[in-house]
Amino acid sequence: MKRILLLFLVLACCLAACQPKGEAPPARPQEISVSAAASLTESFTELVRQFEVLHPEYKVVLNFAGSQALAEQINNGAPVDVFVSASQKTMQSVVDANHISPDAVQLFLSNVLVVAVPANNPGQITQLTDLARPGLKLVIAASEVPVGMYTKEFLLKASGTAGYPSTYSEDVLANVVSYEDNVKSVITKVLLGEADAGIVYSTDAASSPAGTVQTVAIPAEVNVPASYFIAPVTGSKFQAEARTFIEYVLSDSGQAILSSYGFLTVR
Amino acid sequence: MTDNLLPQPSKRLPVPSGSGSPPRPSGEIAGGSDRLWRLAAMPMLLFFVIPIIAIFFRISPLDWLHTLQERSVLQAIRISLMSSVVSLVVIVIAGTPLAFLISRPRFRFKIVIDTIGDLPTVLPPSVAGVALLITLGRQGMIGQWLSLLGVQIPFTLAAVIIAQIFIAAPFFVRSATVGFASVEDDILQAAQLDGANRWQMMRYIFLPLSQSALISGAVMSWSRALGEFGATILFAGNLPGRTQTMPMAIYLGFEVNLEMALTLSVILVSISFIALLVVKRIIRPN
Repeated sequence: MKRILLLFLVLACCLAACQPKGEAPPARPQEISVSAAASLTESFTELVRQFEVLHPEYKVVLNFAGSQALAEQINNGAPVDVFVSASQKTMQSVVDANHISPDAVQLFLSNVLVVAVPANNPGQITQLTDLARPGLKLVIAASEVPVGMYTKEFLLKASGTAGYPSTYSEDVLANVVSYEDNVKSVITKVLLGEADAGIVYSTDAASSPAGTVQTVAIPAEVNVPASYFIAPVTGSKFQAEARTFIEYVLSDSGQAILSSYGFLTVR
Repeated sequence: MTDNLLPQPSKRLPVPSGSGSPPRPSGEIAGGSDRLWRLAAMPMLLFFVIPIIAIFFRISPLDWLHTLQERSVLQAIRISLMSSVVSLVVIVIAGTPLAFLISRPRFRFKIVIDTIGDLPTVLPPSVAGVALLITLGRQGMIGQWLSLLGVQIPFTLAAVIIAQIFIAAPFFVRSATVGFASVEDDILQAAQLDGANRWQMMRYIFLPLSQSALISGAVMSWSRALGEFGATILFAGNLPGRTQTMPMAIYLGFEVNLEMALTLSVILVSISFIALLVVKRIIRPN
């Protein structure tokens, strides 16, 4: 939060400093203000770069924060044109506040859970059932954060699925040595080789430095994906511009950029 | 306040400046009227007091008692008390020789050693946590060798204790240093003349004469260990019943279980307040 505030401040200062100096070109690019979930930071920055090359007449202003915080801002009247949320629940809260039309909301991306293990794989984990082997050091996110909630859901789902012991969830949870407060701490403990395995989003594993982690996929029938939703904000004065941006996100090239960051595209 | 408790080494017993005042004609503070200063001091004082009072107002005594009986709350209290007491014992045993060394008037690298001893108090605890992890972690500089012997420190109670020692020890060392340095040279010379050996000097001169500095340092270290959070969560992780201390339970609990966070906060604030009060009484018995 602090970091985000600081970033915000720095950004604000930069903008304040830049504007008066700007050479005021005859046609200033039209600004589109996009509020996007923090987990999209790397991917959306790249996506916007490509978008602006394609559409020099637009300038996209990105605002990254936790989806909940962004929803709060929009519900309190922040001048935002497009909202991108990492959970349906958060998107719904903006719809409920009549700042987004329910028909305009589109599911466009999902992020699945994977098991991340250190490069040398000290726990010799090659399949999901290995996670239940006693003595393993497993690190997951606390259930207070969404990814921790999804992790618990995945374990329960697996326990009731053929191919997994019915005590799978309890056995795996018995191996947990730490419940971290966010997903980045989980992947860090794996990167450092302190944990034998961690459960993270596939994007977290994909954005780790090359050669530092291996992943074990979690099959779709037991995986609990996080879903990302995008929608134009009703009060925006730039409906057409917002639509152009959303179209680009949903286009093949937009989706290709996002999938290169480890997201699963749904279109 | 910190200046009070961590005075620079000096030849004299620490006389805290700041809080309280040297004896003066009643009601007068040098440089102005008493009332004006009191008024001017109010904003800062209220700034400290109000948020802390808010914690006590937010939770009713009944809810507090009720939450206190939850298993996760009791576990966090138990782990906090256990780890901080062990930390304190280690700090006193290992910190006393270091404090004594630093208190000696002149020796090689005095200023460097003195500075190193203080470093953890100004380091962000997260830096300490990362440092401990890459030193004593499974792949760490020392940890990889320990690992071969079958000793793995991260995610254990030992890690909690080590993190607390790292962060809290300087408080004791600093205070003890001041205590040792305040022993008058005449007394030392007299003792030497009487043929006191090294142990006797320590036992009958240094320890008794720096008693109040040692005790107040120990209390400060203990309460700092009790409140340690940043280094602990990085190095020891967070597992209820094993490594989750009170501050961690507060941090993770406050989104979903505010009652629990408040209950533990009340305990920590009370302990800290009493500990500081004790320290002030020891330093200034009047």
